[in-house]
Amino acid sequence: MPAVSKGDGMRGLAVFISDIRNCKSKEAEIKRINKELANIRSKFKGDKALDGYSKKKYVCKLLFIFLLGHDIDFGHMEAVNLLSSNRYTEKQIGYLFISVLVNSNSELIRLINNAIKNDLASRNPTFMGLALHCIANVGSREMAEAFAGEIPKILVAGDTMDSVKQSAALCLLRLHRASPDLVPVGDWTSRVVHLLNDQHLGVVTAATSLITTLAQKNPEEFKTSVSLAVSRLSRIVTSASTDLQDYTYYFVPAPWLSVKLLRLLQCYPPPEDPAVRGRLTECLEAILNKAQEPPKSKKVQHSNAKNAVLFEAISLVTHHDSEPNLLVRACNQLGQFLQHRETNLRYLALESMCTLASSEFSHEAVKTHIETVINALKTERDVSVRQRAVDLLYAMCDRSNAQQIVAEMLSYLETADYSIREEIVLKVAILAEKYAVDYTWYVDTILNLIRIAGDYVSEEVWYRVIQIVINRDDVQGYAAKTVFEALQAPACHENLVKVGGYILGEFGNLIAGDPRSSPLTQFHLLHSKFHLCSVPTRALLLSTYIKFVNLFPEVKGTIQDVLRSDSQLKNADVELQQRAVEYLRLSTVASTDILATVLEEMPPFPERESSILAKLKKKKGPSTVTDLEEAKRERSADVNGGPEPALASTSAVSTPSPSADLLGLGAAPPVPAGPPPSSGGLLVDVFSDSPSAAAPLAPGSEDNFARFVCKNNGVLFENQLLQIGLKSEFRQNLGRMFIFYGNKTSTQFLNFTPTLICSDDLQANLSLQTKPVDPTVDGGAQVQQAVNIECVSDFTEAPVLNIQFRYGGTFQNVSVKLPITLNKFFQPTEMASQDFFQRWKQLSNPQQEVQSIFKAKHPMDTEVTKAKIIGFGSALLEEVDPNPANFVGAGIIHTRTAQIGCLLRLEPNLQAQMYRLTLRTSRETVSQRLCELLSEQF
Amino acid sequence: MKSEDTQQQIIRETFHLVSKRDENVCNFLEGGLLIGGSDNKLIYRHYATLYFVFCVDSSESELGILDLIQVFVETLDKCFENVCELDLIFHVDKVHNILAEMVMGGMVLETNMNEIVTQIDAQNKLEKSEAGLAGAPARAVSAVKNMNLPEIPRNINIGDISIKVPNLPSFK
Repeated sequence: MPAVSKGDGMRGLAVFISDIRNCKSKEAEIKRINKELANIRSKFKGDKALDGYSKKKYVCKLLFIFLLGHDIDFGHMEAVNLLSSNRYTEKQIGYLFISVLVNSNSELIRLINNAIKNDLASRNPTFMGLALHCIANVGSREMAEAFAGEIPKILVAGDTMDSVKQSAALCLLRLHRASPDLVPVGDWTSRVVHLLNDQHLGVVTAATSLITTLAQKNPEEFKTSVSLAVSRLSRIVTSASTDLQDYTYYFVPAPWLSVKLLRLLQCYPPPEDPAVRGRLTECLEAILNKAQEPPKSKKVQHSNAKNAVLFEAISLVTHHDSEPNLLVRACNQLGQFLQHRETNLRYLALESMCTLASSEFSHEAVKTHIETVINALKTERDVSVRQRAVDLLYAMCDRSNAQQIVAEMLSYLETADYSIREEIVLKVAILAEKYAVDYTWYVDTILNLIRIAGDYVSEEVWYRVIQIVINRDDVQGYAAKTVFEALQAPACHENLVKVGGYILGEFGNLIAGDPRSSPLTQFHLLHSKFHLCSVPTRALLLSTYIKFVNLFPEVKGTIQDVLRSDSQLKNADVELQQRAVEYLRLSTVASTDILATVLEEMPPFPERESSILAKLKKKKGPSTVTDLEEAKRERSADVNGGPEPALASTSAVSTPSPSADLLGLGAAPPVPAGPPPSSGGLLVDVFSDSPSAAAPLAPGSEDNFARFVCKNNGVLFENQLLQIGLKSEFRQNLGRMFIFYGNKTSTQFLNFTPTLICSDDLQANLSLQTKPVDPTVDGGAQVQQAVNIECVSDFTEAPVLNIQFRYGGTFQNVSVKLPITLNKFFQPTEMASQDFFQRWKQLSNPQQEVQSIFKAKHPMDTEVTKAKIIGFGSALLEEVDPNPANFVGAGIIHTRTAQIGCLLRLEPNLQAQMYRLTLRTSRETVSQRLCELLSEQF
Repeated sequence: MKSEDTQQQIIRETFHLVSKRDENVCNFLEGGLLIGGSDNKLIYRHYATLYFVFCVDSSESELGILDLIQVFVETLDKCFENVCELDLIFHVDKVHNILAEMVMGGMVLETNMNEIVTQIDAQNKLEKSEAGLAGAPARAVSAVKNMNLPEIPRNINIGDISIKVPNLPSFK
């Protein structure tokens, strides 16, 4: 008998569905749907009370309409009503509707939660199951708040039915994924581990999923699961498949559970107990052995299940990275799969080998498959597989095969799918740099990249080649010669013009001796491209020309003529016009000596990690960077400067010479996004000593930051494209901040990724949690991101908010300091004069007091000062200080680990327009930080 | 939870991606930005005219999910007895129920077909007894002869998981 009998059902629903299916056009369908919606609405609004069956039927229709892609804006209440029905069928439809269509309508959530609560308490396993499913499907924070405490009890209660236990385990897992902070740890954790011994394999599978996730966060707590998982796995792997009855799938015993157990074991290092370790090794060997046995069935399901376990076992072997014998066997097994006729296996083999390539034991073994992988790149019909082959080539690359791999990737690039070109470009650039013994090879490779796939060469890549050429004098002559030759091509990519312009501007003199590349020839060659280029490139070329004036006095006249032409001096673009005017003037008034100083060769860039790596990581997610060492270095690069284009930030910061960013690499952003101070007033920049405009933080960020010390809401950052607003509230040591990103343009932002960057120090003391935002921000739209904040201990630095996105064709990168400061965790304390001075005296230890005397930056207005002290977070104590002109305040800084009492006193001196600020707290670092923050405010 | 528009967009793009793939290519697809970046994959199986597409993160084994799709289809076949596409369209709620026995909140709940069928059987018994009780018109279904389907693709969407039901007639 079929489990679902087709005759049962709702006639009205079936009629409606067939009506829809008979519609001949989209319009007819919409008409039919609107008719139905009107009908349902009138039924719901009508005076007659609907019976359960009708409600169920209508809710079902609404659901169907929704699934067809139409908006449903009513019926929620009726669905909620169905939840409290005693009939299974009605309740079930109600839950289905809620699970598919729930929105965060807070009034309804309370009703829904109430119904769920009743069902959880009903002791009816079917109802409990429905309720748990609903919680898991919705998984909202409100639900976690309501039920995260209850579910563990159901999970470990002795009398809970197996099916309910299963659902409870996954439900808890879902809540933990969505809101980990709300799932309490408690004595249930140890009992959950023992579910690994449960009779019912379904319960064990669900429990294993749960434990795996919990153990990733808290390995110590779940350590005992290792030996239990090993013995469970061993029983499955070594059992004759009949032992497991229903959980045997096409002759493979409990494949899903085996996979889950092997995943769980990947949360831990190899077991320390030799007995457990031995048993696990036996299991892994047994799984590898089975792969060589003839299949028990020809069905693809059999081999799928068997190989699912095998791949997971290989992952575990790779994760442990301690048994050379197993690693080499794993590698050989994957080698066989590389040639398998099943595309899925080839795909997965390439993927697994990537991780194997980073193990020192198997790296060499992986390398022996290079020809097969290169062949896969050339012959696979499936882009997914080719992509994996690229990844593997990247992972197996080392000094011995770099030239071959880079050459193959370059030749693949000519025909590669557009979707993966940019990534291949990044990979080639990284490998070429990393394994370059001979930098002429490096320069050739990058120029080839630009030639083959210029459109996909991002700024990071060409910035980097310039950094390297500037830093290595052995390659400068070669680079100049090569770009000069490359520029001869009638059509060359704009990126090549940029690189060529920069390099000839710096090192054109090295090839000027050759009459074929005389200064004038160089200039004419570059200038022949000028009119075809975009504004930023033209700006760069103008800088090259002024550099030529210094390098080659003989072309000065020619260049001055060009600068003087109307198309330059009266150019509509203000940046180009300004450069032309200023360079022309500079070339006229400055003496040779001054010119030589101003236009000196760029000093070497400080050695720092390649920004290309960071870019690749962003593109692919951290999991794909397999090289451990690389991953480590990348992390440190992040800490150093965030994922800024390195050149932009280093060029000015690192160069004391006044020529700082004369060549405009840092100063001429590709779109008008750049804030005016960095692009305008170039000459002023050139002659001033302060490199402030080019610091990695957005200009003005420091100012804005200070404005938020005493307030919580406002606009943090704004340029032509983007506005960032903040709203935040703090209570004790917790806070929540909403960041609003507004797109000021009419064009979509793509790949919009805000990232919070905390230094290691800061991370230890300030915990920030946030969810990623939608990567697309429509023109004119605003998206919001919530940050949950906890102050663990007192801290000094501020987190940096880095925002990256694509606007039009260009990459945007903005960093601002996020104003989360220690004083936000202030709780004001009122106290009488006597108390105040008593405490003041108690804190008389020299380390506890920090004092600062400073000039007033704003008019000294008593009311404003009071408001600022209150905004700062402390209480303002009236009639405490004997001198009424002084201000005193008191409060407590709340952190998770401690509460720190703080007293402050501000003494204005109107005559001198000065202040003296004194802070006394029980902790030196706190006094110091609060004093810094507050003294900036007056 | 994604907005409705995004959900529909995901379904459209997924259908677009999957339907143009040849046979013999692999059953895994890199996740686009829409489905949450490269950590997520689309894993699909193609049965005659139907595509079953699961979107999964890295916590699941690829081959395991392929097998799970097979279990799902075998279960549908058992529950509907020679399941065909029309069953899936006319009994969206039942399909959801069956899937809910296997996948919960996007996580694998049960993989044993007998267990799943037992649960569904029990639900049907409940349903029958309630139908008898209420005497509601439960036994009629219109004979749907017209196989002439309009052009828009039919789809069913369940939270993280979407099943594409393209407009083609037979299932087996």
